[in-house]
Amino acid sequence: MLQSKSFVRKTKQGKVVKVVREHYLRDDIYCGASICKVCDSSTARLSPSASTILILDTNVVLNQIDLLENPAIDDVVVLSVVLEEVKNKNISVYNRLRTLCSNSMRKFFVFSNEYHKDTYVKQMAGESPNDRNDRAIRVATQWYQSHLGAAARVLLITNDRENKRKATEEGISAETVESYVKALGQPGLLDLLVQPAPEDVGMEEVEDLRPSKRKVIYSEHKPMSEITSGLHRGIYHQGKLRVNRYNPFEAYVGSESIGDEIIIYGRGNMNRAFDGDVVAVELLPQDQWQEEKSLSIADEEDEEEEDVHLVPSSADDAPRNTDLAQGSVGGTKAVLCRPSGRVVGIIKRNWHSYCGSLEPMPMPAGNGGIAHALFVSKDRRIPKIRIQTRQLGNLLDKRIIVAVDSWDCLSRYPSGHYVRTIGEIGDRDTESEVVLIENDINSRPFSLQVLACLPPLPWSVSSEDLANPCRLDLRHVCVFSVDPPGCKDIDDALHCTTLPNGNFEVGVHIADVTNFVHPGTPLDDEAAQRGTSVYLVERRIDMLPKPLTEDICSLRSDVERLAFSVIWEMTPQAEIISTKYTKSIIKSCAALSYIEAQARMDDSRLMDPLTMDLRNMNALAKVMRLRRIERGALTLASAEVKFQIDTETHDPLDIGMYQIREANQMVEEFMLAANVSVAEKILKHFPLCSLLRRHPSPTREMLEPLLRTAAAVGLNLDVSSSKALADSLDHAVGDDPYFNKLIRILATRCMTQAVYFCSGDLSPPEFHHYGLAAPLYTHFTSPIRRYADVIVHRLLAASLGLYKLPTIFQDNAQLTSTADNLNYRHRNAQMAGRASVELHTLIYFRKRPTDTEARIVKIRSNGFIVFVPKYGIEGPVYLTPRGEKGGGEWVVDEQQQKVKKMDGSISYSVLQTVMIHMEVVEPQPNRPKLELALICR
Amino acid sequence: MEFVSPEGLRLDGRRPMEMRQIRGEIGAVAKADGSAFFEMGNTKVIAAVYGPREVENRSQQISDQALVRCEYTMANFSTGDRMRKPKGDRRSTEISLVIRQTMEACILTHLMPRSQIDIFVQVLQADGGTRSACINAATLALADAGIPMRDLVTSCSAGYLNSTPLLDLNYVEDSAGGPDVTVGILPKLDKVTLLQMDAKLPMDIFENVMQLAIEGCKAIANYIREVLLENTKQLEYRRGP
Ligand SMILES: [Zn+2]
Repeated sequence: MLQSKSFVRKTKQGKVVKVVREHYLRDDIYCGASICKVCDSSTARLSPSASTILILDTNVVLNQIDLLENPAIDDVVVLSVVLEEVKNKNISVYNRLRTLCSNSMRKFFVFSNEYHKDTYVKQMAGESPNDRNDRAIRVATQWYQSHLGAAARVLLITNDRENKRKATEEGISAETVESYVKALGQPGLLDLLVQPAPEDVGMEEVEDLRPSKRKVIYSEHKPMSEITSGLHRGIYHQGKLRVNRYNPFEAYVGSESIGDEIIIYGRGNMNRAFDGDVVAVELLPQDQWQEEKSLSIADEEDEEEEDVHLVPSSADDAPRNTDLAQGSVGGTKAVLCRPSGRVVGIIKRNWHSYCGSLEPMPMPAGNGGIAHALFVSKDRRIPKIRIQTRQLGNLLDKRIIVAVDSWDCLSRYPSGHYVRTIGEIGDRDTESEVVLIENDINSRPFSLQVLACLPPLPWSVSSEDLANPCRLDLRHVCVFSVDPPGCKDIDDALHCTTLPNGNFEVGVHIADVTNFVHPGTPLDDEAAQRGTSVYLVERRIDMLPKPLTEDICSLRSDVERLAFSVIWEMTPQAEIISTKYTKSIIKSCAALSYIEAQARMDDSRLMDPLTMDLRNMNALAKVMRLRRIERGALTLASAEVKFQIDTETHDPLDIGMYQIREANQMVEEFMLAANVSVAEKILKHFPLCSLLRRHPSPTREMLEPLLRTAAAVGLNLDVSSSKALADSLDHAVGDDPYFNKLIRILATRCMTQAVYFCSGDLSPPEFHHYGLAAPLYTHFTSPIRRYADVIVHRLLAASLGLYKLPTIFQDNAQLTSTADNLNYRHRNAQMAGRASVELHTLIYFRKRPTDTEARIVKIRSNGFIVFVPKYGIEGPVYLTPRGEKGGGEWVVDEQQQKVKKMDGSISYSVLQTVMIHMEVVEPQPNRPKLELALICR
Repeated sequence: MEFVSPEGLRLDGRRPMEMRQIRGEIGAVAKADGSAFFEMGNTKVIAAVYGPREVENRSQQISDQALVRCEYTMANFSTGDRMRKPKGDRRSTEISLVIRQTMEACILTHLMPRSQIDIFVQVLQADGGTRSACINAATLALADAGIPMRDLVTSCSAGYLNSTPLLDLNYVEDSAGGPDVTVGILPKLDKVTLLQMDAKLPMDIFENVMQLAIEGCKAIANYIREVLLENTKQLEYRRGP
């Protein structure tokens, strides 16, 4: 049956055209009920015992998706008209609904009512699209009821009053969500409901908890039509709002229309926008730019408290432009004069659910009733959220997930609803889970489809592999691996043999993961989604299933394994004469730890071949490293810490700096060289679709904090190039042996992180890797735990003519989005790793108050930030109690980076060593935090 | 964008392997020696054939075979925006050439030396797959003109979107920018006379997509045969016993 749909559409050029589309109606769309005698029930999803079948209205799906995700709601028919409407209004809800529909554990059935000959409705004259869709929903409900007859009750769930009224008139049973959920008799479910109206009076109590606060009332959002015309006329600017991770009262909107970032200071100017929302911004008059800034600072000191945290390992981890002490004193005015603005409307919300806990509050009188509480997200960028709960006593000491529903301009905080409980606050498992959720890390076990892609176990090298002419048999070569102790996912191994002409043959052998992970398989899709393995202190979340990670791909000793090798001929001066790339079969003769390898090299009595190879290799690596540093590569310092974990309780037993040995540097050097060689090879063959890694040069603005600190201690750093910076870092030696490392740590945090990109998206000068001073770089050496390396393996194999290039490489947009996902996953994995270390640091110090040495890294108006080298953390130390301002007792000297007592008796300057006391305190019940206090001498 | 829903339906309600509704009619232009109207969904084309007749321009005459000429045009009202397109733009010239070559391959030109056959095709309404529709219309018109042919030639397209091979793309699907394979076949001889694709596809997928287009061509051939048969019956009936 054919229907023609016609509608009027405006083209991009502003012309109005009539569009006619065909619309085929079918008789082969089935109802999905397994009890149905008429339909083909092979695709049926609804349970045979279902007495009630629910049909949802669009508004129910849009608002109550958290409820729908609860297994208590089942046997649901999702109409295609509803799906379409949800997709247009909120793509994230759409994706969640789609996930529900494809989840085999749930009974959600999609009924394509728009294509069914009996349920398709044509828009009537004068009928709005909305009314037409409502009618379509009712027609479909009626069809279901008459189709199934007495076998089941078909219930329309709608919160649209008009739709419900019409449905009842037409003899359809319809109910609101609230009444349906109430009738189920599970009070817990009620918390999941989105509160319908903002006229809830009880909320006042919560707001009154802070009576000293001036009442914040936000300005009304402009209507969409006004925003559109404002954007058109250039008075508003559209962009995505990014809230500063370290100062939630400061946000940025990258605007294409003015080609710069607009800074939004304060919650008032943010006007209820969340991080990630697409907003319309109006610029403030230029003379207000400065004063708005102080507003955000006032806000900050008012409300937020800085926690002790890990030392940032790059500029992305560090606060940006929020050197409060310096900002208010001035001196860097040029930097501050950036356009600032305020949000006038929200074009697209980025609301999802957030992880956190309730703000401690007394139990309200008349227990058992509904309580109002404030939810504080772990993510500081998110404002507090008001929720209603019937289980307050239960939730106060828990980590919970809350979703946002609405934010009207009369309330200081948005309102939301409870979604689920993760566990008790402070409990290690709960907090680890929070870290995973916060960073969007999938830690679910691999699905059966994914596991089905694995080769059968026990796996061993087959005769076909041996007979394959493309595979070089290197089993006779003495190949070995050097890794951290206890490493199970060994993805690289090395060999180094002396050639008759005095040169060396050096090979880097990488696990041949792409021999097992084929493009387009569920296994590959899953790995691409995960992007990387995630290393938490007490556990590892793998990118690939364990049999691959720890067995089939792991280059363990004394077993034959498949590898992808880069083999060089090098002179004793480590000049590369030739490079060969080949798939291979290796048999590692030793899996050494860094310590073992180091010990062998150092023990002059040992003269066995393996040790000799190690020493040759180390000599070559030293030459390569020296050359790299001469070229301008930066040797940055990190303050990585290592925990010793109790195998039984998983509690941290000891904590200390990670020691870097020569053996580490040796392995690193050859991995860098292999990555560079592979980058050259793939780019030569695929100039437009290679996946590379670049590290942008830091701007002068980014290096500003480093320069200011250096100047204060009389050190002059040349930052004109990476070579110049590297040289001046080398020359930065003071009397104290730790000084140089400290300066390097401070330099590290000024750099941004390296990122993956697709070579077709940028021009060759932009490929540069600043930190390594290399024109080209990629990741090839860790395919077991990084998906980027899997992609690069495929590119390399294709460039050798071993396989053809998978189709994704022809689609530049898809490749770019893959690179973006890898950057996102990589970043999240790092953040999760850091958060996990922070968590374990807290657990460690819970029972161990400690006095230790610390270095001042930043001066503030009421104290300073210290870095604790031994534990790799930093945090604030207050000279005056919080809340009280300096009171004129302490003054900051910006030039000298000093904070002095008024009478001049005591002063502290940057990089100075101080003794501090570290202790875990609980200012509020269940909210432990690590506190640093100065020990006065 | 989602071109095939998880339920396996395309935007217009078809399943991936389904063709749009097709309709063919013989004799739309009385003046011509043969003519036909052909419709694939909302794509509607008309074809008229003149000849075999004397060659207009003597210098073009071929001594041992007929001269086949083809002109493809799009009516100004055929697309929504009613843009005036200059006659003989590159796209039209290319499609004219494609149609001429495809038709020439099935006309028994050696039976009509020193003559000329003109094929005019015009798109009345465009909604994707115009070149296939034109070839199908031209086949009908040639048959109506009684021009000797080796076989019918029919054409159909297939594409590949959302990792699914799709038969007979409409305009929306065609503008998605995915690969679009247009195939023309001689169904009885089982030979491919036209194969066009302006995108990249891995070999194994390409074969699937092409096979799908061929199935489409065969279905159209069956339909065209029915139309011709019906037409012949009508003629017979009119002529009387
Ligand atoms: Zn049925």
